[in-house]
Order: sequence, then C-alpha cells, then structure tokens
Amino acid sequence: MALLDIKDLSINFGGLRAVTDFNLSMQEGELVGIIGPNGAGKTTVFNMLTGVYRPTKGEIFLKRRDDSIVNLVGKKPFTITQMGVARTFQNIRLFKDLTVLQNVKIAHHFSAKYGVGGAVLRTPAYFKEEQRIHDEALKLLRIFGLENRKDEISKNLPYGEQRRLELVRALATSPRLLLLDEPAAGMNPQEIKDLMEMIRWIRNEFQLTILLIEHHMEVVMNVCERILVLDYGLTIAQGCPEEIKTNPKVIEAYLGEVVEDA
Amino acid sequence: MTRTKSLLKVPVVMVALALLYLGLIAGFSHNPYYMQILNMAAINTIMAVSLNLINGFTGQFSIGHAGFMGVGAYVAAVCSVFYKIPYLVALLCGALAAAVVGLVVGIPTLRLKGDYLAIATLGFAEIIRVIIVNIQKVGGPRGFLGIPPYTNLLWTYLFAVGTVVVISNFVNSSPGRACLAVREDEVAAESMGVNATKYKVIAFVMGAFFAGLGGGLLVHLLSIAHPTMFTFLKSVDFLIMIVVGGQGSITGSVTAASFITVISEALRKFEVWRMLAYSLVLIMIMLTRPQGLLGGKELTWEGIVNVPGRLRRFRLPKVGGGRVGTTGH
Repeated sequence: MALLDIKDLSINFGGLRAVTDFNLSMQEGELVGIIGPNGAGKTTVFNMLTGVYRPTKGEIFLKRRDDSIVNLVGKKPFTITQMGVARTFQNIRLFKDLTVLQNVKIAHHFSAKYGVGGAVLRTPAYFKEEQRIHDEALKLLRIFGLENRKDEISKNLPYGEQRRLELVRALATSPRLLLLDEPAAGMNPQEIKDLMEMIRWIRNEFQLTILLIEHHMEVVMNVCERILVLDYGLTIAQGCPEEIKTNPKVIEAYLGEVVEDA
Repeated sequence: MTRTKSLLKVPVVMVALALLYLGLIAGFSHNPYYMQILNMAAINTIMAVSLNLINGFTGQFSIGHAGFMGVGAYVAAVCSVFYKIPYLVALLCGALAAAVVGLVVGIPTLRLKGDYLAIATLGFAEIIRVIIVNIQKVGGPRGFLGIPPYTNLLWTYLFAVGTVVVISNFVNSSPGRACLAVREDEVAAESMGVNATKYKVIAFVMGAFFAGLGGGLLVHLLSIAHPTMFTFLKSVDFLIMIVVGGQGSITGSVTAASFITVISEALRKFEVWRMLAYSLVLIMIMLTRPQGLLGGKELTWEGIVNVPGRLRRFRLPKVGGGRVGTTGH
C-alpha cells in the first residue's frame, strides 16, 4: 500500500473548478514534482492535502506509522501535521518576531509530554521535556548551519536562510511526507544548486517522501523521479522527466499552441 | 535553562521580593493613602499582566477585561456577604466564575479576528455590566455595599507575584510558545501542529481567571462594588497599561501598571487639568517609544547586571577613533 493515495480530488470555488479529479499515489521514499502554469491549482492541491481547504470531492489516504490508513479529508490542519505531513509555504511564513530557535521549538510543541499544569507548576516533566526540545531543535539547526543564528529574530535573516529555517521547522515536526511549495523561489543559481542537493540529502537522511511544487525546470527535472503537470486544474500529463519534456500537451500548456504556417 | 539553575533562583527571588515588601511597608504604612495606591498598583498589575497574556502574547485583541473583573468582583462579594465564605475561598470562587464566563464567551468569539473580536469582547463586557445593574439583590445601580475589607497589601502583593509567576511560567513553556505562534501567524501555527483555537481559549480563560481574582481583591479593598467600576473605560485603562509597557512583555506590564497607577494619582494636584496632563504623558510615551516602555522584551537580572558593561562599550569608540554610534549593542 502506498504512503499517500489521492483519489479524484476536486474543489470548486463558487463556479470555478480549481482542481478536477486529481489522482496521485506515492510510494514511501518517492520524490514527486507538480508543475504547471500560474493558477493551475498546484498550491490548492497542497492546501487540500494539509486541511486548509476542504475538497468538494475525493479522498486522501495516508498510511500512518503504525500502518493504519486514515482519510485526511475533513481533518484539521494541525491534526494532519501531527499525523506526519509537514509543509513549507510559497511565500515564507515564519514566526517573524520570534527567534530562530523558538521557531523550531514550536514545531516540537505537540510532542511535549506536559500540559499547562506542568508548565505553570514547573514539574520535573517540564524540565526534562524542555531540555529534550532544546537539544533536538539545536541539533536540527546545527545540521542546516543555522546554529550560530539561533538567537536571531527570524525576520532579520537573509532570504536564503529564512527559506532554510522554514524547512528546518517543517522537519522538526518529524514528518513522513514533506510538501515543499516552490522551495527555489527567489534563489540564485548557486543557491538552487545547493537546494537540489539538500532536497536529495534530506530525503535519505530523514527517510522522507517528498512532494514538491516548482517553477524552476532545472530543479524539477533534476530532482524529481516523477512529474505531474497541472493546467486549469486538470492533470494533463504525468511521467518521468524525459517523458514530460517531450510531451506535446505540456509544451502547449507552457508555450501555447503551435500555429501552422499558412 | 537547566533545572538546578532555575531552582537556585527561587530562594534568591523570594528573598528579594520579601525585602521589597518589607521596604514598602516600612516606607508607606504610616499613610493609608499611599497604602491604597500600592494596593491599586498591585491589583492593576494583576489586570495588566493577565490582559497581556490575551492581547500581547496570544495576539487576540480583547477589550472586555473589566467585564471579567466585574464577574469576579461580584461573585466574590456575594460569597463573602451572603454566604460568609472565607475570604480566600471567596476570591477563588470569583476567579473561577470569571474563568467559566471566559470559556463560555471565548469559544464562540475567538473565531473572530482583530477588530471584530474587539467589538465582541466590548459587547460582552457591557452585557455583564447591564446584568449587574439589573440585579437588585446586589444593589443594582446603587452598588453593593458592606463587603468586608479583608484585602490588604500582603494579599494584593502576594497575588500580584503569583499572577506574574504563573503567567511567565506559562509563556515560557511549550503551550506558551504555541500561543506566541498563534499571535505570529495562525496558518503557519496550525501547519506546525498547533491547535490554534485551543490555545486561544486557554489564554482567554487564564486571562479571565486572573481578572476575576483582581476584581475580588478590589471590592474587598474598597468594601464596595459598583457597576461603574467595570465600564468600558476601565478596560481601556488596562489596555493603556499593556500598550505603554509593551505588548508581550510581563515586566513591561508590571512596570506600566505601577507607573500609571502612581502617575494618575500624582497628577491629582493639577485638579481639572489632571486628565489633560495624563493624556500628554501617554502621548509623549507613545511618540518616543511606540513599541512600549519595554517593547516586547523582558527586564532580566542578566540584563540589569550587564548595564555597566554596555555603558562602557558605548563610550569606548569615542576614546578609540571617534567612530560614534557604530557600537553600543
């Protein structure tokens, strides 16, 4: 059974059919890309997967750690995250006025084994868990070279580091499925090269399954094993990068129809 | 912070607080007027810190804090006067009643954001006031007289310290960080596994609890409860305190609550010009420090101890090469 199984996912906003019959099945460890022109419905698919939007039709099945299957449709975003689906945002959404370390610690929130009472009374569990959260957050920051930035207010970080922090924060929720929404947006060629390596590396290191949306063809073609192409909410093609590159429908969607000379 | 370091701090802080209390008693107990101001400062501290939890830390703009105070005040007064319940239990009843009201009001209204939430909480506080005015048993518009004056500086001081401890322990924990996340970005918070609604309600209920406690203390101090004590303007007073102190700063709220209580009494000698002078003081603070006195930061021992060092570093460049203004932080 696949880790993620999306069946006939559709959503209408009023009369607009933003996504129609989106189907995708992902095996554990796969790296799949979604591409498509602006407004094709890529981010909408992510928003349905993470519970921000409720689909009009369709099912999303996720295999949990204990191999049980849950339907994510109708679940709240925070529950879905707790079930092991993490995401980053197209336009970075850090907790801007908090420090880098606090940003990561918040992601450990639901794994903390004490509640409001423990916090107020400062029980032994509080100290034990705070120490664990602190250590784990620092460890992740160290891996991504942000350790010396830990006390910086996150909005003061340079753009590239903000993107990296968002990724760290998503990883801190210990996901099995990671959704990356345009991770290369606004990056220069060198940063893009580093990013591609990082995406491959985190997949192996954290045993992740990754679904990503991207406009940079270089990233998508080099990193993804399988690509889906959306246009006006419809899946117009899917396959390995070579197939997509030569698919006439994809070329049409991106470059327009070929007009025969008269 | 490690556990041992944190536990070592406790006796030090307790001794410091006890010394401060004895100092205040020694300095002011000869004058009941000064004692009254100190009591009010402590009660206002409770109110400001608890409102800061809702507005400053969780980012939910509530302007109905006086409503919760009113609930706590009247429930505690009824417990004391009609049922002869011991003082501390009566205070607890008042605080719990306010917390329950906070829960009932919070669940539907916390779906609202920003201005809409402000209007809803304002409406709630007015409803509470109008209900009180119409209950003849507690004096209605005439006020509720004959409440035993049990409150003294020891209690207000202890409860103010307790409120600060509870709320600062809360915000410096995992649930507290969840509240901060909700303030910063609700969508991002939910995508980090934070149940935003739950933490908004927790903050709101905790805030209401301590506001109710403050109300109970107040009416047992003045030995009267009156609907006009819990109007919209009272809520605005607390709002001013947290804005002046800096939203999201507990030490800021404590400082501002004490400062504003003292300054508004000190300005009494200006008689009719009092409110004008008060407004001018507020305008000046907001123009010079729009982020509030402490601007979301906390006063810490480490920070105070470091002040001489920071001042020295600030002067150094002048001596060295005349590059003024490039260092100092």
